[in-house]
Amino acid sequence: MIIILMQQMLNGLQLGSVYALIALGYTMVYGILRLINFAHGDIFMISCYFGFFAAIAFLSNAIPTWLTFIATMMVSMLLTALVAVLIERVAYKPLRLAPRVSAVITALGIGLFLENFTLATLGPTPRGMPALLPNVNYRLGALSLSSVQILIIIISIVLMILLDRVVQKTMTGMAMRAVSYDKATASVMGVPVDRIISTTFAIGSAVAGAGGVLYSLAYPIINPYMGVRIGWWAFIAAVIGGIGNVRGAMLGAYILAFVEVFTPMVLPSSTYRDFVAFTVLLIVLVVRPTGLMGRVTAQKV
Amino acid sequence: MKRMSCVALLFVVTCILLSSVCTGANQIVIGVNAELTGGIPVVGRSCKNAAEMAVEEVNKAGGLEVAGTKYTIRLIVEDNEDRPESSAAVAQKLISQNQVLAIIGANASRNAIPPSQICEDAKTPMISPWSTNVKTTQGKKYVFRACMIDDFQGLVCARFAKDHLKAEKAAVLYDVASEYNKGIAEEFKKSFEALGGKVVSFESYTTGDQDFSSQLTRIVRASPKVLFLPNYYSEVPLQIQQARRLGFTGDFLGSDGWGSPEIIKLGGSDMEGQFFSTHYAPDIATPTAQKFIKAYEERYKELPDDVAALTFDSFGMLFQAIKAAGKIDRASLRDALAQITKYEGVTGTMRFEGTGDPVKSAVIIQIKDGKFTYFASVGP
Repeated sequence: MIIILMQQMLNGLQLGSVYALIALGYTMVYGILRLINFAHGDIFMISCYFGFFAAIAFLSNAIPTWLTFIATMMVSMLLTALVAVLIERVAYKPLRLAPRVSAVITALGIGLFLENFTLATLGPTPRGMPALLPNVNYRLGALSLSSVQILIIIISIVLMILLDRVVQKTMTGMAMRAVSYDKATASVMGVPVDRIISTTFAIGSAVAGAGGVLYSLAYPIINPYMGVRIGWWAFIAAVIGGIGNVRGAMLGAYILAFVEVFTPMVLPSSTYRDFVAFTVLLIVLVVRPTGLMGRVTAQKV
Repeated sequence: MKRMSCVALLFVVTCILLSSVCTGANQIVIGVNAELTGGIPVVGRSCKNAAEMAVEEVNKAGGLEVAGTKYTIRLIVEDNEDRPESSAAVAQKLISQNQVLAIIGANASRNAIPPSQICEDAKTPMISPWSTNVKTTQGKKYVFRACMIDDFQGLVCARFAKDHLKAEKAAVLYDVASEYNKGIAEEFKKSFEALGGKVVSFESYTTGDQDFSSQLTRIVRASPKVLFLPNYYSEVPLQIQQARRLGFTGDFLGSDGWGSPEIIKLGGSDMEGQFFSTHYAPDIATPTAQKFIKAYEERYKELPDDVAALTFDSFGMLFQAIKAAGKIDRASLRDALAQITKYEGVTGTMRFEGTGDPVKSAVIIQIKDGKFTYFASVGP
């Protein structure tokens, strides 16, 4: 029983790490714009395709494996960030003064656009992501863990710590926090608001891009619809943790992943999983309406 | 306002006139309801390809001769997006708007069950090439299929696991939200236990899931000899890979949902040596099948999968029944279909015995050297 619990903890850690990388994008954009970027799940899907094509391009050349992996990751992060900034400039910026609902609906529209654009250009056939790294299985007694699993957990945690440092310690991070507190005042104080917003989109999506590559290493089949469910779960994770709060998003992601992994253990069918996850969400929202680590504000959406 | 409604009325009348002209005198309209987009697009593509090929063959020969008159076939292919509700809408549209004589499709059971009720109510013959779930044809007069049913397939798999793979303990992981997967999983469990085996773990997931680690961890701990995965080709590679990662060393066994060569592309070396039950094997084909396989390969540059073969057979049965009926109406076509006593198809010889389910045999295929290879045949 202990072995099963520990094995499930490992499974949960892997899943939670990927959710966390996506949840960060939701929470950062919300923090700064008060916009729930519903296109984020599909941006994640696009990043998986970027990773897929980059991997194929790099694999056809004789480059060492670890270099291929890093290059794939970089390309995916960069391109995803570019796409996100483009979306922000074209679709969200003109709506900055419009009612919040308009921006949210636009985000949903962008998500549908990305999905159907991918469907139209790349076709509905699922693609198999090539194995970028040799997948070695380690056995610790009755525990089983793979090199890819360890890598995902470590890279995700490093990225999250890095991001946390950037937000807390650097000038850009300080500017981000300033814009998130009060856009008008920050702008008066000389913070380049537009550039900071673009930077936030770029960072949030680059992290999702890294998540995309890591995800497709662990679950190597990608299709145009894959962003929908993962996007929703990451969004719920962000809300549970307190949307707008970077550390909260990480916490929420791990909580949700453990719910996903442990529910089928206790309850008879996997269909209960979503039910339990949303129950957790409801309880958190009833007890702490701003999420576990959210700050109490007078303004709510 | 009055003029507006006059114009609108004129427009509607013109449309009706035009559409009746389009359906023309010597033409038979047949609808295809296929999964062109969504989770299993290869299924829809194969269905469309085979349908177009079957219809072109007939039209090239001058059309179908019914009671002395030649009729050309017009095909209308609609996408159901692999969504049950769209599939029902597609059937509704084909019946009432396009006035089709019959509908071929949908293929996956989750998409075939909702339109089957619509076709039954509208008294329009429907043949599902690939839906193996019992509910598709159960209690319906107008709904047929070209494939075996899950009860039979579950039994075939259970017997194979017990007798050939020598398994005493088996586990099942299946999609609980999809009729096909659920039906066959339950039938396997029942048959395997009736044969004296033990199903040590019976786990489920929901369509679209990509992480099965929680369920697989429990399965691996129960140490079964065989893991039965009655799921679709787009998910099975993930399940096999994750099971291996979690330390599963036994055999995998699947059902006809595996039958697309995509599964080898997606799963790679993990798929090697695994078995699944299905409708036909390209390499033991009869002359009828060889002719079809050759023509299909020439036209589409790929081997036809089971969906293509079954779609072709659905059209074959349909044409045979239209000829036998001797007139073009839905009710006589239905009677003629039900009375087919022998149809020599690509996927074997079949006949109907009072229900919409054909009596035919199944095959077991092994994935060997990256190819589907015939392993054994199991009679009805």
